[in-house]
Amino acid sequence: MPMIHMTVNGKAVKGHAEPRTLLVEFIRDTLRLTGTHVGCDTSQCGACVVHVDGHAIKSCTTLAVACEGAHVTTIEGLAHGTDLHPMQEAFREHHGLQCGYCTPGMIMSAVDMVNRKGHDLSEHTIREELEGNICRCTGYHNIVKAVAAGAKAMQGMAKAAE
Amino acid sequence: MYEFDYHRPGTLDAAVKLAGEADAKILAGGHTLIPTLKQRLAAPKHLVDLHALRELQGVHLKDGHLVIGAMTTHAHVADSALVKAHLPGLAQLAAGIGDPHVRHRGTIGGSVANNDPAADYPSAVLALNATITTNKRSITADDFFKGMFETALAEGEIITHISFPTGIKSGYAKFPNPASRYALVGVFVAQHGADARVAVTGAGANGVFRASTLEAALKGNFSAAALDGKSVSADGINSDMHADAAYRAHLIGVMAKRAVAAAH
Repeated sequence: MPMIHMTVNGKAVKGHAEPRTLLVEFIRDTLRLTGTHVGCDTSQCGACVVHVDGHAIKSCTTLAVACEGAHVTTIEGLAHGTDLHPMQEAFREHHGLQCGYCTPGMIMSAVDMVNRKGHDLSEHTIREELEGNICRCTGYHNIVKAVAAGAKAMQGMAKAAE
Repeated sequence: MYEFDYHRPGTLDAAVKLAGEADAKILAGGHTLIPTLKQRLAAPKHLVDLHALRELQGVHLKDGHLVIGAMTTHAHVADSALVKAHLPGLAQLAAGIGDPHVRHRGTIGGSVANNDPAADYPSAVLALNATITTNKRSITADDFFKGMFETALAEGEIITHISFPTGIKSGYAKFPNPASRYALVGVFVAQHGADARVAVTGAGANGVFRASTLEAALKGNFSAAALDGKSVSADGINSDMHADAAYRAHLIGVMAKRAVAAAH
């Protein structure tokens, strides 16, 4: 089995994985970072979204071996100790979750959205950009509010989520 | 997924050699291939990942043509200042593929080589009369698409870039399937002098095709009004649980009008 090396949440990591191992399996099973979820396993729901080299991607549709040498950020990489990332704090404050299963992917997508689209996000933009994240509890309403508030709160951070 | 050997060649020559092995598959963005492998619908022995080939990435302008590397992602095409300036309809098409995460991985070369009957890119390639260049040759769009999931590509042949003519008024409109976001019907229109090319994706039972009746209507009068009362026959149009042929045929006319109205 090949040895795979990555930088995950700023830390150099390595582990054996078969070529057919998905990135999400490597993150969850090998690295034991279980905040990244598998929802649909068919590239639709976005529960598995992580950042690879600064871009949000679906880790259920990416091979771990194809990420050799990559910089990966997962939901565990956002908070500083017990201080939540502003986007996490906004989801808590605005009750942007019920069961919480989709939340890590929602937050990783939201941070990527801010990185690309800035801090002043309209409701329309947020709803369009959440195309690839499915929530079956909330009806999205509070998620949209949380993303807008989180985007504003991220202003002033040196570089979001990095 | 069945087991396979993974390769990440550093040169195109090495990639061509590996892709020529028996039971090898080329991995571009992987957003069709990986789901296919997960469902065990394919069992390649070798996977040849093209991500290390920098020369296959990026957009540039050459001799009045937009040249887009095969491994350029949808997100890159959608955001490219060059594409937005020269073929805004193409940038808009790329911005509407899948979702943001899919656009960060999926590539133009992968989409065109796969020729999914509901993929967006084949319609732009066909309507703009683009040229597909491989490690061996250049193929015009009219000769490239051979039917559902079929192209003129030989086994192991690798698309290196796709070259689009510029200075063409063009536009794209799609009616996405509300669940999958694939095109139920997508229409790309392009004005070539007095002529027009209209390419339809999502609807054809045999993949992307040119709508000749709409092209004739737009000849010499590239306006939405020129399409008033023009319809497309439901013969050869796909019928499935999502939409029947008559509905799709009707949508082709509607989307063509919207594409012409949006063209610039």
